[in-house]
Amino acid sequence: MDDGRIKHHPILEFKEGRVVRFTFDGKELEGYEGEPIACALHAAGVRVLRESPELKRPRGFFCAIGNCSSCLMTVDGRPNVRVCVERLREGMNVITQKGKGVLLADN
Amino acid sequence: MSSLLTTEICVVGAGPAGLKAAILARDMGAGVTIVDSGVSLGGQLVKQTHKFFGSRGQFAGMRGIDIANLLSDELLKDPSVDVLCDSQVVGFYDDGTLAIEKDDSIRFLKPERVICATGASERMLPFENNDLPGVYGAGAAQTLMNMYGVRPGNRVLMIGAGNIGLIVSYQLMQAGVEVAAVLEAMPQVGGYHVHARKIQRAGIPILTSHTIKAAHGTEAVEGATVWALDPEFHPIPNSERYVEVDTICLAVGLSPLTELLWQAGCKMGYVPELGGYTPLRNENYETTRPGVFIAGDLAGIEEASSAMIEGTIAGLSAAKSLGYQTDDFEERLSRAKAELRTFRQGPTGRKVRQGITKLIALTEGVRAFD
Repeated sequence: MDDGRIKHHPILEFKEGRVVRFTFDGKELEGYEGEPIACALHAAGVRVLRESPELKRPRGFFCAIGNCSSCLMTVDGRPNVRVCVERLREGMNVITQKGKGVLLADN
Repeated sequence: MSSLLTTEICVVGAGPAGLKAAILARDMGAGVTIVDSGVSLGGQLVKQTHKFFGSRGQFAGMRGIDIANLLSDELLKDPSVDVLCDSQVVGFYDDGTLAIEKDDSIRFLKPERVICATGASERMLPFENNDLPGVYGAGAAQTLMNMYGVRPGNRVLMIGAGNIGLIVSYQLMQAGVEVAAVLEAMPQVGGYHVHARKIQRAGIPILTSHTIKAAHGTEAVEGATVWALDPEFHPIPNSERYVEVDTICLAVGLSPLTELLWQAGCKMGYVPELGGYTPLRNENYETTRPGVFIAGDLAGIEEASSAMIEGTIAGLSAAKSLGYQTDDFEERLSRAKAELRTFRQGPTGRKVRQGITKLIALTEGVRAFD
């Protein structure tokens, strides 16, 4: 899981949380507990997070602070989750969102 | 409806401006609640790994991340201050009640005064394929690498040679990322020359009078076409060049995050020098809605150092308006205002000074109709 991670930095030391497993479009990935889901995906080389509703264009991360809505994904069945601010937990099921998302009745 | 919480002063946003406002209001004796949408206090300071120049009183020589910790600890160790993180103020009602969302539920808080320090958002730039994954705000790249230790890409094209573009380019290098070039549409670098020289010494070209024409790639950025601009900012035909990069960072300015104060009915002025729409305000940073104060980038895009001084002024003024008084109040307020004037002196402060002159004229125009 270390491909996109910074290993040596002249100023910063990164406190890494517990390693947790989650799934992205059915594929098992690892990340650090508590980091934004988008960071774990980015570190794993995943850049496309959703498909735009009208023109079906790929969309990714953009603002990183929950302002822009570029990174909406379906997480544990819930659509339109801003993965740049949603914290990663063990066993999460993260899916590339296509379209506007459907809110299930039991949500 | 859940029970209505109350407080004397609610500070919205815990970046440099909000933290200072909360500390100063608390020092005056006021009851303070500070609300922030982030997981911890500090706002954008927490990813500033560079040392601040600042002014005498504003932590010159310290890194932003250390300033964030210092100011946050002041509030966190004081049990009289209510700190709400992971909480977003989503509503500002006519009677002054704020709706705060936390963990998918809404709670209501009715403060006697509000200090709004919501900061700014990054600007977008129009160009072909600007929605491709891999086109990131420069601040977003900073969040990825400086807060979470994740490289934003392998090779980056930076758009904008203001301070953010220059500083983030240097930080990308520190994170082991190659920076192909920094483009700047203006004929000269906008940021401090000390930052520009640092990255030029490291071999990164800064191309002035240049901008991006298009991003290329199918699923994500694989390259970019850049071109030169003439003195009227028209692209020069046949000047296109292809640059192989997997990431494009935009550092083309910020806009004040004004949504909450539009809801509050605060009157706004459009001042391009301050980043666009910004609330009209008096010299104590009180808006046209009595009891609502502002500070930081919301009050006009500037720097963390000036945001802290504006926070000081707003914090002191809000507490004073509730009847709190200290012996050194007048001295502290006039010292803060003097520091702000000093900070804005010289050629780098010219744009902000022009913006503030416009804002004051707009504010006086509104007052004339009251």
